[in-house]
Amino acid sequence: MTVPAPPTVPAPPSAVPRTTFWQRLRRDKVMLLLCLPGFLYFVVFHYVPLLGYMVAFQDYQPYLGYLHSAWTGLANFSAAFADPDFWSATGNTLTIALVQLILFFPVPIGLALLLNSIVSDKLRRFVQSVVYLPHFIGWVIIVSIFQQILGGAGVVPDLLESLGLPRYDMMTDPDAFPLLLALQVMWKDAGWGTIIILAALLSVDRGLYEAAAMDGAGRTRRFWHVTLPGLSPVLVLLLILNLGNILTVGFEQILLQRDAVGPGSGEVLDTYVYFHGIKDNQWGTAAAVGLVKAVIGTVLVIGANKFAHRLGHEGVYRGADR
Amino acid sequence: MEKPTRTGLVLKGLALVIVVGLVAYPLLGVIGTSFASQSDIIRSNGLVLWPDHPNLDAYRTAFTGGRVTRALFVSIGVTTLGTACSLLATIGMAYGLSRRGIVGGRFILMTALFTMLFNAGVIPNFLLVKELGLYNTFAALVLPTMVSAFNLVVMRAFFMNLPEELYDAAKVDGAGDFRTLIQVVLPLSKAVVAVVGLFYAVAYWNAYFNALLYLGDNDKWPLPMVLRTFILQGQALDSGAVGEAVAPQQAVQMAVLVIAVVPILLVYPFLQRYFTKGVLTGAVKG
Repeated sequence: MTVPAPPTVPAPPSAVPRTTFWQRLRRDKVMLLLCLPGFLYFVVFHYVPLLGYMVAFQDYQPYLGYLHSAWTGLANFSAAFADPDFWSATGNTLTIALVQLILFFPVPIGLALLLNSIVSDKLRRFVQSVVYLPHFIGWVIIVSIFQQILGGAGVVPDLLESLGLPRYDMMTDPDAFPLLLALQVMWKDAGWGTIIILAALLSVDRGLYEAAAMDGAGRTRRFWHVTLPGLSPVLVLLLILNLGNILTVGFEQILLQRDAVGPGSGEVLDTYVYFHGIKDNQWGTAAAVGLVKAVIGTVLVIGANKFAHRLGHEGVYRGADR
Repeated sequence: MEKPTRTGLVLKGLALVIVVGLVAYPLLGVIGTSFASQSDIIRSNGLVLWPDHPNLDAYRTAFTGGRVTRALFVSIGVTTLGTACSLLATIGMAYGLSRRGIVGGRFILMTALFTMLFNAGVIPNFLLVKELGLYNTFAALVLPTMVSAFNLVVMRAFFMNLPEELYDAAKVDGAGDFRTLIQVVLPLSKAVVAVVGLFYAVAYWNAYFNALLYLGDNDKWPLPMVLRTFILQGQALDSGAVGEAVAPQQAVQMAVLVIAVVPILLVYPFLQRYFTKGVLTGAVKG
């Protein structure tokens, strides 16, 4: 058993001038020890790797290590920027992100409105448990299932053929790749995405609906003038945060399907880094691209967070400010 | 509220059936196909909802040769141990940071929260894992993703919402910080431990990217990696299975998918009621 904290220490410690740092350290030692494994994890696996970005400024040779590889200044960056593949990957990343945003973003909203309108509790819970489920299924499985349905020998091409139409394999069509990814994201996460929106709907004042109905507002008008304004803070926030993450499109999901459509439209920044660095041993260039992406991504996320708060929506997203 | 119109009801019902169908059909189809015979599969264009002659051949084939069996054990082991490690670290840290005025608490919290904003990236992480000597070890499947800042926030919020009187009472009774955690806080926190545990377990169970990066050795592959090569890249499951009574390839593929999904389907109903709460504590002030 540990030594209990001395009972003389008052509860709000911030207001206690007489306890020294060492006394407080002694008092809090159990709590700090409990924090230690997690803290070490974050330092070792999130902060130490930042030092590894040295590689971006080196001609890194694994057998020489960080210390003995030659420094090359910004050569890796200019090499990356001169590589047409890098620009193609950037373009693909943005295209995929935008298509996903436009197609995926409204779906959880619609679904949440549908769920919200189910009066029967039992039925609503049933539908919810069904639509939440795919969130827990891994990408490998989801892509396999899509392959089974949309792929060359799958259900949809067979159906098209039986209707007298040409067989169409969406899984290998480079032009349809962003659409395919968006469809998969919808299947996996549209249901899960409703959770936040349902919570926002619950917080809309019931009285507003009644008052609007009294004033003769029909179903549609109530939607436009009560529901939508009630939802808008959350929607704006989600939109901004999505834009902050625009350079990060599903890495695992895309990696699984990049080969089927080819790098022309399947290469995104993350896969570019993976294939150039780890597959082709161009450590420096890959790390440089990774660094550029990480810096821009972080700036975007922080900016998005700031912007969301600037809009005056208090504390819906806690990531940065707590 | 006034009565909904008839067309409104019909449309709503239709929409619900479509939504549920879009989710359920592929899953039921995968399960059905795994029990199907070759003729079933040819007749129904790939996905069989209701096999005429259900049989277990596909599962028998999937488990011969040892590759799926081995991967299954790896996945179960990594998921169990990984979830245990993740939960211990997360609970400790969340509890340690749950009370105000802990020396350095704010600094530690910010250190963790800041990782939500940036990601060190593939190359530095890969080099780190190599430098630490973790390459080709199972630890590489667990350690690099051991604690999630999101789960930490969820758990800490839950601990902070427990009534202050509980902590005071524990203190009056002479319980130290650690004892308070074990005997007072944790018994009251089963819901959040279950949800966060599920989030971790699902992440470990589904992860293939760490395995792809850090495991050079095929023998150590977890299930998703085997799925990837066997289903998506069309590699043979095992050369040893040739010559036996082999089930249709498609059925075997679906059987392996089912094996990978079943554990999730088993725990899902028990934990489902806690989701909303868990997710909302993490993302939204409620």
